[in-house]
Amino acid sequence: MTVVLRVNGRSHSVSIEPRVSLLDALRDRLQLMGTKKGCDQGACGACTVLVDGERINSCLTFAVQYEDREIRTIEGLSEDGQLHPVQRAFIEHDGFQCGYCTPGQICSAVAMLAEWRNGMPSAVSSSDAPAPADLNEDELRERMSGNLCRCGAYVGIRQAIQEAAGGTVR
Amino acid sequence: MNPFHYVRASDTSSAVRALADQAAPARFLAGGTNLIDLMREGIERPRAIVDITRLPLAGIDELPDGGVRIGAMVRNSHLAADRTIRERYPLLSQAILHGASAQLRNMATTGGNLMQRTRCYYFYDGAARCNKREPGSGCDAMDGFNRIHAILGASPLCIATHPSDMCVALAALDATVNLAGPSGTRTLAFGDFHRLPGETPDVDTNLQPGELITSVDLPGSSARLPSTYRKVRDRASYAFALVSVAAALRVEGGVVRDVRLALGGVAHKPWRAATAESVLLDHAPTPGAFARAADAELAPAVPLARNGFKIVLARRVIIATLSELAARGAR
Repeated sequence: MTVVLRVNGRSHSVSIEPRVSLLDALRDRLQLMGTKKGCDQGACGACTVLVDGERINSCLTFAVQYEDREIRTIEGLSEDGQLHPVQRAFIEHDGFQCGYCTPGQICSAVAMLAEWRNGMPSAVSSSDAPAPADLNEDELRERMSGNLCRCGAYVGIRQAIQEAAGGTVR
Repeated sequence: MNPFHYVRASDTSSAVRALADQAAPARFLAGGTNLIDLMREGIERPRAIVDITRLPLAGIDELPDGGVRIGAMVRNSHLAADRTIRERYPLLSQAILHGASAQLRNMATTGGNLMQRTRCYYFYDGAARCNKREPGSGCDAMDGFNRIHAILGASPLCIATHPSDMCVALAALDATVNLAGPSGTRTLAFGDFHRLPGETPDVDTNLQPGELITSVDLPGSSARLPSTYRKVRDRASYAFALVSVAAALRVEGGVVRDVRLALGGVAHKPWRAATAESVLLDHAPTPGAFARAADAELAPAVPLARNGFKIVLARRVIIATLSELAARGAR
C-alpha cells in the first residue's frame, strides 16, 4: 500500500506493507538512519521519535498508523544549520560513549523538557501538585527511564539535560 | 511477522462492522504497544487488523453524577495529566504514571491498557509450554522461575499475573466498561471485565467476540477520596509490579466509612481486596485493624516455589499504604 509520511517537514510517499514499523520505514525506505533499532520491543528507547511533538517508540508501531502525522527525527532537530540546544549540551557534557542510544536519548529529552514545562506530572512528583520548578535528579531519572544506555554514560546525559533545562548542573 | 490485511476505521460502528467482516482471527489495533510486540513474537497472528486509533473516542467528559467518562482512545499520558482526573481521581493518575515509560504512555490507550496480556516469560517464549498461548500444552512456569507469578486466584493450569497498574486503580475506583459489539452495546462492572484463569486461561476477559471497548466510566461516588498508589518493583522505574496497592480511605468519627483496596502483580486480574475492605468498614483505622484486614485477604494466598515473598510483601504494603492514608486523614 502507498502511505504518505510527513517527516521533518517533508512529505514522503512510500510503498510498504502494513506490517512495516515506522522505525523500519524511516531507516530502510527514507534512509533516515539516525533513528536506531535497539531491542525492537519497546524496552530500550533507542528508536524514540517525536510525533506531533510527543515522544514515542517507533518500533512498536505500524508506519501506516502514523500517516499524515508530523514526525520528527534526530535529523530534523537542528534549525538553520544550528544544532538543537539539547544536541549542543550532549556534546558539551559528553553525554554518550558509543553513541548508539544518543538519537533516542536526545529526541526523548527534547520532548521530556516540553512535558515538564507544560506541567506533566510524574511518578516522582505528586500527581495532585504542579510539576516541580526544579528538574532535580530524581525527576530526571524517572522521566528519562524509557531510554537505556548500555555504556552507562548516564552522568553526562543527566548533566546535558539539566543544562538544557536551564538548571544548575550538579 | 505474518502479513495481514489492514483496515482503518473512522467510527465505532464501522470499526465493529469491519472486524466482523474480516477473516478470523482479526484484532482491533490501538496504541500497539502490546499487540505489535506479540505479533512480532508470533504469539498473536491476526489475519486482519482494524486500526481504531482514529475513532472519535479521545474525550474525557464529565458525567451528571460527578463522575467521568474516559474515551477508549485517550492516551495514558493525557489521562494522567488531565486536570479533572488529577482533581477527582488522583489515584488513577498516580497508577498510570507508575507504569511503563513516558514513550509508551504517549502511545498506549485506555482501552488497550485493559486488553494487555500477561508478561509471564513462558507465555512470551514460543519454545515453552503455556496453556494461555496454546491450551492444553501445559505450564512451564509452574515448576520454573515463578518469582513474578500469582499468589491469589490462580489455577493448576495458569499462574500468570495481569501486568497493568492503571487497571488496579480502576478496580479500586469501581469503574465500569462500556462496550460496543455486533449485537449492540452493553456495560460491564470493572471486576467482571477480566477473568481468573480457571479451566480456560487462554481467555483473558469476558469480552464477546468482536466487542470493542468504547469508554470507561468512573462514578461520582469514587471521586475525591483520600487515596494513594504504592508499587514495589525490582528497580525504581520502568518495571512491572511485584506487588502494588491502590488504596482509598475515608475516616469519619474515628471509624472507616469508605475503603477501597486493590492489588496488582498478585493475580490473573486486578485484585479487588473485598475481604480486607469488609474487615475494615465501620472499624477504627488502627495498625492492628489493617494487619487483620491484610491477613484476611491473604489467607487464601498460595505460594509457589519462588514467589512466597509476595505474600509477606503484599501484607506489608497493604498495612503501610493504609497507615499512610490514616495518618494523612489525622493531620
